[in-house]
Amino acid sequence: MILAVASGKGGTGKTSISVNLAKMLSTPVQLLDCDVEEPNAHLFLRGSLIDEEEISIAVPEIDAEACNACDECVVFCQFNALASFCSTPLVFPELCHGCGGCTLVCPRSAIREINFRIGVVRTLIDGNITLKSGCLDVGVSLASALVHSVKASLEEGITAILDAPPGTACPAVATLRGVDYVLLVTEPTPFGLHDLKLAVDTVRELHLPFGVVINRVGIGDDRVHCFCAQEHIPVLLEIPDDRRIAEAYSRGQMIVEALPEYRAHFERLWQAITREVGEGTVP
Amino acid sequence: MKELIVISGKGGTGKTSIMASFAMLAERPVVADCDVDAADLHLVLAPTLRERHIFMSGHQAIIMEEVCCNCGVCVPLCRFDAIQEVTMPDGTETCRIDPTACEGCGVCVNICPMDVIDFRERKCGEWMISDTVCGPMVHARLGVAAENSGKLVSTVRRQARRIAEEGKHPIIIVDGPPGIGCPVIASITGASHVLIVTEPSVSGEHDMERVLDLTRHFGIPTSVCVNKWDINVEMTDRIEELARNARAQVVGRIRYDPSVSRAQIQEKAIVETACPCAEDIREVWKELALQ
Repeated sequence: MILAVASGKGGTGKTSISVNLAKMLSTPVQLLDCDVEEPNAHLFLRGSLIDEEEISIAVPEIDAEACNACDECVVFCQFNALASFCSTPLVFPELCHGCGGCTLVCPRSAIREINFRIGVVRTLIDGNITLKSGCLDVGVSLASALVHSVKASLEEGITAILDAPPGTACPAVATLRGVDYVLLVTEPTPFGLHDLKLAVDTVRELHLPFGVVINRVGIGDDRVHCFCAQEHIPVLLEIPDDRRIAEAYSRGQMIVEALPEYRAHFERLWQAITREVGEGTVP
Repeated sequence: MKELIVISGKGGTGKTSIMASFAMLAERPVVADCDVDAADLHLVLAPTLRERHIFMSGHQAIIMEEVCCNCGVCVPLCRFDAIQEVTMPDGTETCRIDPTACEGCGVCVNICPMDVIDFRERKCGEWMISDTVCGPMVHARLGVAAENSGKLVSTVRRQARRIAEEGKHPIIIVDGPPGIGCPVIASITGASHVLIVTEPSVSGEHDMERVLDLTRHFGIPTSVCVNKWDINVEMTDRIEELARNARAQVVGRIRYDPSVSRAQIQEKAIVETACPCAEDIREVWKELALQ
C-alpha cells in the first residue's frame, strides 16, 4: 500500500505522523520524504546515509555553429527559458521544465540536451525503515520534478509512506497522484479548517480515498470535527494538545519512543487506515 | 517604498498570525497574501472585496477524443507522463491528458500528426483587491490542483506595488508561502526586506538554514525571529547563533502562548487581544525598524 500524509496548512504534524507510523510498524517500510523544499523526516531517524544520488533534468545546449538563429525554439518554449537577441538564443536553465520541445522543433538539429542539477535523493536505513529523502538545491524552483524522482524509487510490494509538502500546488499534487490512500493532518483552528477544505477539494479532484487526523485537539474549537461529520469524512485519529509532544519533537525525538503511551494511538491509526483501504471507500 | 516579506521555510511557525499583527501596527501599509495555495490572512483581516480577477496563465493541452486516431505518438514524448491511452465507453480507444499532470509545454500539440490537440489558455485561479481596517489588501486563490503558483504570486506582488505607488503607501507587508521553491522565490526576489519566522525545533533550525541560504543567494537583507522560543530554550539560542553567523539580524523572541488560537477563533490579530505574546510581537516590529 502507498499512503500519503498531506495537509493544506503547514506545521500540522505531517512529518511527525509519517515517521511515527513508520517506526511503529515492525515490517519493512519505505518512507519517502516528498517535501523536497524542506525535507525533515531524516532529522527523526538514526541510522546511516547509504546513498546520495544527484538528480538532474535535461536542458538545452545550443551548438552556435549549427544554429542559424531561426528562433523556432524561442517561439516554442512556453517557459521563457530561451531568449533570442538576433543570434544564437540564450538558455536560462533555471526556467526550463525539461520538456525537450526545443530539440524537437529545431530544424537544424543544433540543440542537444545536457544535465542541469536540481537536487539529490538520499537513502538512509534505520531498522525497518528505508528513507528516501529528496532535497531540492537552494535557488532551484522545480520542486515537482524532484518529487517525481523520489517517487521513482518506490519498490512494489513494500508498504510506503509519503511525507507530502504543505499546500495544494504542483509539488503536493505530484506527491499525491497515484497513491492508494491519503491522510490529511489538520488542527482544530480556523486556519486548520480553511486549509483542510482546500486539501479535501484537491484529493477529491484527484479521486483519492482519504481520512483525517486532527492534531493538538484542545487548542481551538470543534469546527473541524463538525466539518468532517457533515462531509462524512472519517476522522481516523485525534492527538491531544500536549506540550510534551512539542518538546520531544523540538529535540528530534519520535513520539512513540519519548512518550510510549502514545504508541497505541499510532497502532489504532494504522488499523483504521488498513480498514479504510480494504473497504475502498471514497468519502 | 519598503516591502517586507514574512517567510518561514517550515510551515506552521506562525507567519500569518505575526504578519497580521504587523499589518495592524504599521502605518498606512498595503498588505498582500502570497501563500496562494493555502491563504489564511483573510481569516484574520476580514477583507471587504473590491475587485476580483480571473488569473489565466500558461496553457493546457486537451485531446479532441472524438477525432483522435489513437496513434499514440504523443504518449512517449510527454516527459511529464500526463498522457494515457484509454478505452471509451463505446469500446473505441483514444488518448487522454491528465490536467493535473500536464505542465503546458506544448510538445504533444506540436507533434500530433492529426493536429487534434487543443492548446487552451488555462485558468489557474483568481486574485482579489479588498479593503481591510489596516488598508488595501491583495490576495489570491490558486485553482484546485492548478499550475503556475509562482506567476500568481508575482501578480499579487505587482498589484500590491501598483496600489502602494498610486496611494503613496510607505510600506507593503507580505505573508509569504512556506518552503524554498517556486512561489517563495517569486515572493522574495527584489524585496527590500525578509523576516524569517522560525520555531525552536530540529525542523525549524534545518528549514531556517535553507531559507537563509536562499535569501543570501538573492542578496536580500534578512531578519530572524524565533516563535514559541520557550518550547526549547537551547534550540532557540542555537538558532539565533546560526542566524547571526549568516549575517541575519535577530529581532527578538515570541513566547509560546496558547491564547493565539483563541485570537484566531475571534478573527482578531494577536495585537488586538490581551494575549501575553502581543507585547513580544510589538517589540519585534519595533526592532525591525521599518518605519
